[in-house]
Amino acid sequence: MTALPTRHDEAWRYADLAALAPVWPIATETIVVAPGETGARTLVVDGAAVHDFVITLGAGAEFAFHLLNAPRGYGRVAIRVTLGRGARFHLGAAQVAGGEQTVEIVTEVVHAEPDAVSRQVVRQVLAGRAVGNYLGRVVVDRGAIGTDGEQSIRAMLLDRGATANARPELEIYADDVKCAHGCAIGELDKDGLFYLASRGLPPAAAKALMLQAYLAEAFVGAIDEDDLTTAALAALEHLL
Amino acid sequence: MPVNHTTLESETSMLTIHDLSATVANKAILKGLSLRINAGEIHAIMGPNGAGKSTLGYTLGGRPGYEVTGGSVDFDGQDLLSLAPHERAAAGLFLGFQYPVEIPGVSMVQFLRESLNAQRKARGEDPLSGGAFLKLAREQAALLKLDPEMLKRPVNVGFSGGEKKRAEMVQMGILDPKLAILDETDSGLDIDALKVCGEGINAIMRRPDKAVLLITHYQRLLDYVKPDFVHVLAGGRIVRSGGADLALELEEQGYEGAVA
Repeated sequence: MTALPTRHDEAWRYADLAALAPVWPIATETIVVAPGETGARTLVVDGAAVHDFVITLGAGAEFAFHLLNAPRGYGRVAIRVTLGRGARFHLGAAQVAGGEQTVEIVTEVVHAEPDAVSRQVVRQVLAGRAVGNYLGRVVVDRGAIGTDGEQSIRAMLLDRGATANARPELEIYADDVKCAHGCAIGELDKDGLFYLASRGLPPAAAKALMLQAYLAEAFVGAIDEDDLTTAALAALEHLL
Repeated sequence: MPVNHTTLESETSMLTIHDLSATVANKAILKGLSLRINAGEIHAIMGPNGAGKSTLGYTLGGRPGYEVTGGSVDFDGQDLLSLAPHERAAAGLFLGFQYPVEIPGVSMVQFLRESLNAQRKARGEDPLSGGAFLKLAREQAALLKLDPEMLKRPVNVGFSGGEKKRAEMVQMGILDPKLAILDETDSGLDIDALKVCGEGINAIMRRPDKAVLLITHYQRLLDYVKPDFVHVLAGGRIVRSGGADLALELEEQGYEGAVA
């Protein structure tokens, strides 16, 4: 049994370790997609929960992971993915938290062989004194030429006390690779809110409408897109 | 400056603005503005840049940052200034924006149906069903010659200037307000779209129980929507009022000549 992580461990730096202790150690769920095969997973985290996934994609395999991390307490989803030649991995993740909650998504995407593609889209809505983390490392191994990696990370802070930690990282040991990341942390467009209010929408409904649309960017292409959107709206209504 | 025709007591006052003062970023913009609009009337407010025309619209709409420092506004028997923006809408006020805001990811249909039903709920009315709403939305889009497919698109996103303004009028038609304050609805419109919008305003709002306040720089919209009264706003107050012919006089002489 491994010891409880500490803040010195980079992957747990912003974690809610007090909430982690009672559920430690975490069982790892392993997903293997055979060469040329296609897989998908949808996860809605709505209880207190810590998830750990290890995913391996064979040559030419494809996997899409869509998740909503909207727990009652601490919620963490860690995903380690290894991509074979020409494999494609897509992560679409949304996090919704308020109060004193901490939510986090921690990814490590290893492009082990050439020509693999990874896409990560993360959207977060944080209220109260909540903390939302995204720690995402993309590793391009020696020889993994033609790698195409992209991380799009955004967070919306509804209150002054909310915190977003976004840390995309690139570790590249090959030439001829394409890796991009973008991070944006902002707040709701006030002009938009007034526009919606001027048509009769009460403040909470106007915010929910805008935030639902914002989170939906993470669910594009999901098999259970409607379920995710509905669950996200319920989480937002709980928050607003 | 007299408030228009106060002697005609039989007419119902829709909006009574009394000595209204307002600041934006601590700068005084409206400085004791008074205006009365009765049901069944169309008023136009004209004036030079910086006179406070848009500030008047936003202040009446309740936009955050537009602070009322004095005066009162009665809207159909209610103290308008005590209401939040969405309550003003439910009370029957519609504000047409000079620059309609884009809301990515939210479809026009969803936005308008939720807005209408929020208003109906506030008034104690039953919500409109999806089918009934779509029928209403299509009718109003047809009135403004707007492709109903555009209603499926995100709010104002990728709309041309003319489409945005026509979409504002479609929204007005769907929400069916008592009083519409239209802030430079004519800006950014070509001649054909101007005519369509003008006719839309007449069809939707020219009724005995409704009223319109048009805020405009130019006389051209008034060719299509003939105002009953024209007011000149300068320096944060109404400095002159008259009939439809005042707009023509302004067009000829300019604001400086007309208010000198």
